[in-house]
Amino acid sequence: MTLDKCKRGQRLQITSIPDEVVRAQAIRFGIAEGSVVTCEEVVPAGPVVLSMFKQQIAIGRQLAKSITVLPVN
Amino acid sequence: MENNNSQRECITGKNIVLVGNPNVGKSVFFNYLTGRYVDVANFPGTTTNVICGRCGDDAITDTPGIYGISSFNEEEKITRDIVLHGDILVNIVDAVHLERDLFLTQQLIDTGLPVVVVLNMMDEAQRQGIKIDLKVLRELLGVPVLSTVAVDGRGMDKLKETICQAKVGRVLPLVAEKLTELPAHIRRSEKLLILEGDQLVAARNGLPPGAYREQIYGARRRWINDVVAMAVKESSRQETWTAVLGRWMIQPITGIPLLALTLWGLYQLVGVFVAQTVVGFTEEILMGEYFEPTARAIVGQLFAPDSTISQILVGHFGVITMTVTYLLGLLFPLVLGFNLVLAVLEDTGYLPRIATLLDRLLMSFGLNGQAVIPLVLGFGCVTMALMSTRLLGTDRERRIATIILALTVPCSAQLAIIATMLAGLGPEFALVYVLIIISVFVMGGTLLNRLIPGQSSSLWIDLPPLRLPRLANVLKKSWNKSFEFIREAAPLFALGALCLGLLEVSGSLEKIENTLVPLTVHWLGLPKEAASGFIMGVIRREFGTAGLFSFPMSDVQKLVALTTITLFVPCIASAMVIYKERGWQEGTAIWLGVIGIAFVIGGLINQLLGFFSSNLSATSPIIMLAGVILLTMVGVLGITVRSER
Repeated sequence: MTLDKCKRGQRLQITSIPDEVVRAQAIRFGIAEGSVVTCEEVVPAGPVVLSMFKQQIAIGRQLAKSITVLPVN
Repeated sequence: MENNNSQRECITGKNIVLVGNPNVGKSVFFNYLTGRYVDVANFPGTTTNVICGRCGDDAITDTPGIYGISSFNEEEKITRDIVLHGDILVNIVDAVHLERDLFLTQQLIDTGLPVVVVLNMMDEAQRQGIKIDLKVLRELLGVPVLSTVAVDGRGMDKLKETICQAKVGRVLPLVAEKLTELPAHIRRSEKLLILEGDQLVAARNGLPPGAYREQIYGARRRWINDVVAMAVKESSRQETWTAVLGRWMIQPITGIPLLALTLWGLYQLVGVFVAQTVVGFTEEILMGEYFEPTARAIVGQLFAPDSTISQILVGHFGVITMTVTYLLGLLFPLVLGFNLVLAVLEDTGYLPRIATLLDRLLMSFGLNGQAVIPLVLGFGCVTMALMSTRLLGTDRERRIATIILALTVPCSAQLAIIATMLAGLGPEFALVYVLIIISVFVMGGTLLNRLIPGQSSSLWIDLPPLRLPRLANVLKKSWNKSFEFIREAAPLFALGALCLGLLEVSGSLEKIENTLVPLTVHWLGLPKEAASGFIMGVIRREFGTAGLFSFPMSDVQKLVALTTITLFVPCIASAMVIYKERGWQEGTAIWLGVIGIAFVIGGLINQLLGFFSSNLSATSPIIMLAGVILLTMVGVLGITVRSER
């Protein structure tokens, strides 16, 4: 599924980030293909907030639609 | 430590560069080393200026907060070039966010330059149950590591000593291996960036950019995760109240009321307390009753009261009276009040959360949530806001934000005068005025999004932890900003007053007023003196707004005048910034376009009100006008949405 479909509190494994620049920027924050993040918040029709380690990133809805994730338990 | 005495000399004449992620406290270190105060902000993108200072014989450079030297934006490019010319890199790291911050650390180590790591905010890490083994960290990274709590000075006494021990750390094996592929004459630090595909550095060395970015980043990420796993022990953290508040701030149901409450508080503080109470005292009593009569008396002793020179110095547009009264009596309290509020917003970490909350809304204007920052700044000072449009992701967004700012956002000084004028007109006029400005904002944004080709970037923003701001920091910062603002505005004000004074005494002002009669009197329905208000508005917006009310007008005339002057050109200072940021061609187009739109809309309102009151006298013309504006807005939005499908 894509990131915009996730629900609050869900643990997700990032499976693909198609945009090369976004991929390179994301990895610096610790979000790489294969890494596990938590969905902190989904603003209705707006950004998705992810957290990993002790930090949070807000990702715009359009960008979230292009990132695919796999829910993990 | 053993050669403590000789160490002061070992860094003589070196170029020391402070590097770190946003919000790690770099500026405090800069201040400690150089003794100079620097602006401290809690939002990425707010420190774009590079600040240099001296510490003994060494040069110290503070760089903008970045996540890597990868040329993804302006700050990273600036920092990259400073780092490449540095002799010693002092990397300041947030002890709470090691996983994120050490990525940059390893990139700096990989440049092959001597590095020192400073683990700051150790108190916060301890509070959160994070235990960091400094010895392990030192061994794994291969560079000296110092732990500090910069805000209360803990560990700072060892800073200079540790900088002396800076050394080349453990370079990633993958990087070391790939480096051999590049010609030997290229500088070691530049080689790394070429491997990572930095186009500019590659071009500078006459080579194609390398294709190893992903490979190196992946390896670096894995290595840093390992380092953190080995050096950090952590007890589980409970959800704090700040986390809950942070969540409330970005959810529309709770976030919008919180934002409204914040804005209301802001209005009460700046719009009511500062603009009315404080300015009432400084402008009317301090300046009006004490300063101006004294200035007139002194000038009166030197020159005859009706002489030209006396007119120019202390007359209607007196260089001495008008400049000082406006700057110190009116503007300084307002700008200080606004900067105080803004400093609190920045330091708490609320601004990026407002950006997240409003991202959806701003997307319909072709912007993303980050544009909230220039728009909010715009209500303080449009010039400042125009400069901050640089932090927006694409040129398209910068263009849209610039036009919206130039057209619809009144600055704090102007806002205060507008608020006072509207209060005298009654609620229905105030509502219609707000409706006009909002509809121009909404229609303008939507149309620009439709007409300007290209796509805007998506939001990608780091939400820093919510913090209680430090009072001393907030006060110092807002004082410095306001003082700087006044210092820059003073000569412009004096010049403006002088020009107007000269125009007045030479009789040219009256000639200009007469020439503009078709525009001011026939089209806008204002008295012909309004022309001088518009001329003053070019110099400073609030100048013009205040100038418009120096002669009697009817309520309808006041509404038309207020609307026109709000939409009217930004002041000289912001026009300069527009030219600087957008180039002379686009700058001129924006400038002329904005003046044109202001007069067209102001005139249309006057003509419509005139039409309604003479043809449909049964209903209130103001209500009819509100209806027409709403219909137009619905129509424009409807057409835009349909044509998008």
